[in-house]
Amino acid sequence: MRITEHPIIKFKRGKKVTIYFEGKPIEAYEGESVAAALIAAGIYVFRYSPRHKRARGLFCAIGKCSSCLMEIDGKPNQMACMVRVRDGMRVRRQKGKGVLDGD
Amino acid sequence: MEIDLLVVGGGPAGLSAAITAAELDHSVIIVDENPRLGGQLIKQTHKFFGSESNYCGIRGIDIAEILENKVNKLGITKYLESTVIGIYEDGVAIASEEDLRVVHPKKIIIATGARENMLSFVNNDLPGVYGAGAVQTLVNVYGVLPGKRALMVGSGNIGLIVSYQLMQAGVEVVAILEALDHVGGYEVHAAKVRRLGIPILLRHTIKSAIGNDKVEAAVITKLDEHWQPIPGSERELKVDFICLAVGLSPSYELAAQAGAKIVYIPELGGWLPWHKPNLETSVPGLYVAGDAAGVEEAVSALLEGKIAAADASNSIKENKYAQKLIETTQKELQEFRAGKFGKKIVEGKRKLYASLHL
Ligand SMILES: Cc1cc2nc3c(=O)[nH]c(=O)nc-3n(C[C@H](O)[C@H](O)[C@H](O)COP(=O)(O)OP(=O)(O)OC[C@H]3O[C@@H](n4cnc5c(N)ncnc54)[C@H](O)[C@@H]3O)c2cc1C
Ligand code: FES
Repeated sequence: MRITEHPIIKFKRGKKVTIYFEGKPIEAYEGESVAAALIAAGIYVFRYSPRHKRARGLFCAIGKCSSCLMEIDGKPNQMACMVRVRDGMRVRRQKGKGVLDGD
Repeated sequence: MEIDLLVVGGGPAGLSAAITAAELDHSVIIVDENPRLGGQLIKQTHKFFGSESNYCGIRGIDIAEILENKVNKLGITKYLESTVIGIYEDGVAIASEEDLRVVHPKKIIIATGARENMLSFVNNDLPGVYGAGAVQTLVNVYGVLPGKRALMVGSGNIGLIVSYQLMQAGVEVVAILEALDHVGGYEVHAAKVRRLGIPILLRHTIKSAIGNDKVEAAVITKLDEHWQPIPGSERELKVDFICLAVGLSPSYELAAQAGAKIVYIPELGGWLPWHKPNLETSVPGLYVAGDAAGVEEAVSALLEGKIAAADASNSIKENKYAQKLIETTQKELQEFRAGKFGKKIVEGKRKLYASLHL
């Protein structure tokens, strides 16, 4: 959900772009974090934990807790709260620990 | 690259340190992980309290802009969307999406701020349980709402302010829980949320979050005077997100990695780098300032940043101007902490100074 009217803040949103969550297109604005775009689209589960497969989402939003790790453009363990959206970006829920290139 | 001062973190403490050092004619680099400077200030849409000379009555976001303009005017080098990942004998490593740089500063000020505390309850890892600062970032920086009905846990200033801001943004805050028998934050903020009709439930805490893949409700319970849940007092509240405002802890990891002694001082938020009154840690030339040196407020962060930078300047090259600045700023800090809420900090800093003799 996006705020359209606010008593004191004027939101200066960047250019509209499209990112793909699990292949599905989602509207986003340049300058915002992947996490903000996903939550605006009603997506709250960002990954499943390695051992108990529990759903995890955003917690701190400032890159300090690792709750929001996702696979972004093929790279695992990216903090969705710190990475900014880019047009055409592909975002997937991370399952488990993620595998590095060349592994 | 050879420089006089590296400042890690672009919140009020780091900005004030960078500006002070540049005004004292030093070469400065300031690094922040975010695309813009300001730290916590950029999400604070409320007017600040504090002394008049320190931006009292101005909104946090506007203070960030004033400081950012000063940084630009002074020609301070900024590395944004960059993280200081390690401080080593032969240089400091700064990583960004594009590259890895190494700089060689004479002095370093760590102003990395604080991170939010977790609370232990059933399903506290469920999506929809957020730190209050996270909600503030979503709502005030991005204009995105995480839900329609919120439960706030904690009635300190952050819990109260974020509750108020949520209502402003059109979210219903169903209750604010407080485990103590009194409100934690300032009465002015408490009065504001009460006027909006948000109940502040004293001696209450959260027992569990309910939901499959996302918060759908919360179970709360009353506490007795020994902090034990009172059986039978549980209540289920229909909410779609839960905000935790149960305190912050200093972000000390970088200082620890650099070899600074870390001590535990509850009054200052837990583990933090030991430091001298002029903010130098146990590693010569390495300073801390702001929330990283004890969780406090923006005004004290500004003042600590100034002192740390002046001390660094004076030890690079002794100068009267820096010495004078330290003296006057220490006095200002003392006055700022003289009030009721400063007591805990003064006690914590006293313990800290006494805790190690180097
Ligand atoms: C909801 C809320 C309301 C508040 N209201 C008030 C108020 O009314 N008045 C008041 O005086 N205070 C208030 N405060 C407190 C005040 O915001 C903080 O005390 C202050 O921001 C601390 O400043 P700082 O510079 O130490 O840290 P921060 O502002 O947290 O800045 C730290 C910066 O460092 C960056 N960083 C961290 N690690 C690295 C790294 N390794 N590399 C690069 N960058 C890094 C972070 O991204 C961040 O930008 C409030 C706080 C909150 C959360
Ligand atoms: S939500 Fe904490 S690191 Fe992203």
